[in-house]
Amino acid sequence: MDYLLNIVMLAGINMIAVLGVAVFTGFTGLFSLGHAAFVGIGAYTSGVLTYHWNAPFFLAILAGMAVTGVSSLIIGIPTLRANLRSDYFAITILGFGEALRVSLENLSITNGARGLSLDELSHPAWVFGALAVSVLLTRNFLKSRFGAMFMAVREDPVAAEMAGINLFRTRLLSLVVSAVLCGLSGALLAHRLAFIQPVMFTMTQSTQLLATVIAGGMGSMSGPLIVSFIFTSMPEALRWLNMWRLPAYGLLLVLIMIYRPQGLLGYREVPSLLRGGLEKWRIRFSR
Amino acid sequence: MAHPLLEVSELSRSFGGICAVNSLSFRIEAGGITGLIGPNGAGKTTVFNLITAVYRPSSGAILLDGHDLAGKRPYEVVRAGVARTFQNIRLFGRLTCLENVMTPICARGAHGRFAALFRTPSVRNEERRARESALSTLDALGISDTANLIASTLPYGLQRKLEIARALACNPRLLLLDEPAAGMNDAEMSELGDTIVRVRQNFDVTIILIEHHIKLVMGICTNLVVMERGALLAEGKPNDIQNDERVVAAYLGRPRASGGKKRHV
Repeated sequence: MDYLLNIVMLAGINMIAVLGVAVFTGFTGLFSLGHAAFVGIGAYTSGVLTYHWNAPFFLAILAGMAVTGVSSLIIGIPTLRANLRSDYFAITILGFGEALRVSLENLSITNGARGLSLDELSHPAWVFGALAVSVLLTRNFLKSRFGAMFMAVREDPVAAEMAGINLFRTRLLSLVVSAVLCGLSGALLAHRLAFIQPVMFTMTQSTQLLATVIAGGMGSMSGPLIVSFIFTSMPEALRWLNMWRLPAYGLLLVLIMIYRPQGLLGYREVPSLLRGGLEKWRIRFSR
Repeated sequence: MAHPLLEVSELSRSFGGICAVNSLSFRIEAGGITGLIGPNGAGKTTVFNLITAVYRPSSGAILLDGHDLAGKRPYEVVRAGVARTFQNIRLFGRLTCLENVMTPICARGAHGRFAALFRTPSVRNEERRARESALSTLDALGISDTANLIASTLPYGLQRKLEIARALACNPRLLLLDEPAAGMNDAEMSELGDTIVRVRQNFDVTIILIEHHIKLVMGICTNLVVMERGALLAEGKPNDIQNDERVVAAYLGRPRASGGKKRHV
C-alpha cells in the first residue's frame, strides 16, 4: 500500500510540473527543452531552506515558487522579446539548464554533486492539496482573458498582435505561470524523495515533461495530466521489463505520434469530450 | 484645425534594393470607404503593413487623427484605433468563431491576474459582457449561427466575414480590409459589398479596402487611391479614376500607336 501511495504521490508531483509545461507549450505554443531547470530551482531553493535553516515547509515551498518565478523572468525578458522568433527562448533555456546543473554541482550550499538529504515533509495531504489547488487555479486562469490571449498567441502570433495583444507580455506571463508550477512541483519532489541531486534536473527530465504534454495533447489540461499519471506509474508497472523499460516508453511515444498525432486529448478536455460525445450521439439518432 | 483620420506623408519602405513603397502621400477623411487599388506588386499590402506597424517605414510618417504612429508596436496601433484583416486569412483556427471575436475584447479586458486565478464575480461578469458583445458583432455580420463552430472548419466566405468581425471587435476607427473578396464569386462578392457598407454605418468606422475586383470597388468605394510601383498614381472619386488615362495605362498598358493587340486584364 505504501508502495502504491508512493507512486501516486510521485505522479501527483509530476502532474503539477506537467501542468506548467501544458500552459507554456500546450496553450501558448512555445517550446522549452529546459523546464526541468525550474523544477530544480524549486527543489533546491526549498531544500536549501529546510536543510540549512530549518525553514517551515510552507515557507520553503513559497520561496521555491518565488525564486523560480524570478528566474523565469530573468530568462524570459531578454529572450521572449523577439516577437516572431520563439526559438531564442528554447535555446537559451537549454543552456540555462546545463549552467544550473554545473552550478549546483559546484556550490557548497547545495552540497555539490553529492546532493542534499532532506526530511520527508511532503505528506500526502500536501501533495494532493497542492495538486488540487494547482489544477483549479490553472483552470481558472486558462478560462480567463489571459488564457484566451495565450491561445490566440499559439494559434497565430501575427493575428494575435493585430487583435491588440502584447505578444511579449503574454508570453512572459505564460512562462512565469508555468515556471511557478514547476517550482512548486520541485519543492514537493525534493521533500518527497528526501534527496536531491543536480543530475535529477537535466534535459532528460525536460524532454520527458515536453513529451508528456505532446502525448497528452496540446491545448489540453486533462490530457497531459492523464498521460503524466500513466508515464509516472508505467515505469513502475513495467519494472519487470528491466532495462527494456525505457525503449518501451519510447515505443509508446512513437505509437502515440503515429496513431494520435494530436495527442491523447488534443485541444479537448475530458468534461467537454463527454458532453461533445453525448451531443454527437443525440444528433446521430435524431436524424 | 481638424485632422484627417489618416494622413500618410512621404512614406517609403524598401526591402534590400527593392523600393516597395516610394514617397507615398495621401489623406483619408473620416467616414468613407476608400479603395486602395493598383496592379499586383504595387505595394498596397506593404502600405497596410506599414500603417499597422508590422513593418517600420524607411522614412516618412503616418498620422492617425493627427497623432504620429511612429515607433508604436502593432498592438499599440490596434489600441490607437486601427484594425485589419489579412490577405491570406489569419484566424485562430482551432478556436471557435465566438472565441476568435472575443480575443480582441479579452486583450483590452480589465481584470487582473489574481482575479483571474480565483475567477471572481467581476471576472465572470466581464466574460459574460465580452461574450455578448462578441455575439452581437457576429450577428452584425450575419454569422451568429457559427458562434460555436471551430473557425478553421468554416467555408472560405464565412472565414473572411469572421475575420472582419474579429477586426471590428477591436473597436477600430479605421478598418483595413486586405482583399476581402479574394476568391469569391459574383453573388458572394455583392453580398460582401452590402455587408461592408452596412458595417461602415453600424460601427461608424472608416474603411480602407485593397481589392482587385473592380466591380466591388466601383460599387462601394467613395474614394480611390491608386498605386503603381510603390508610388501614388492617382487619387479621387471612382468615376474620375475610371476615366483617368494613367490608371487605365497602368492596368492595361499604354495603347500602341497603331494596330497593337489589345491586352486583356
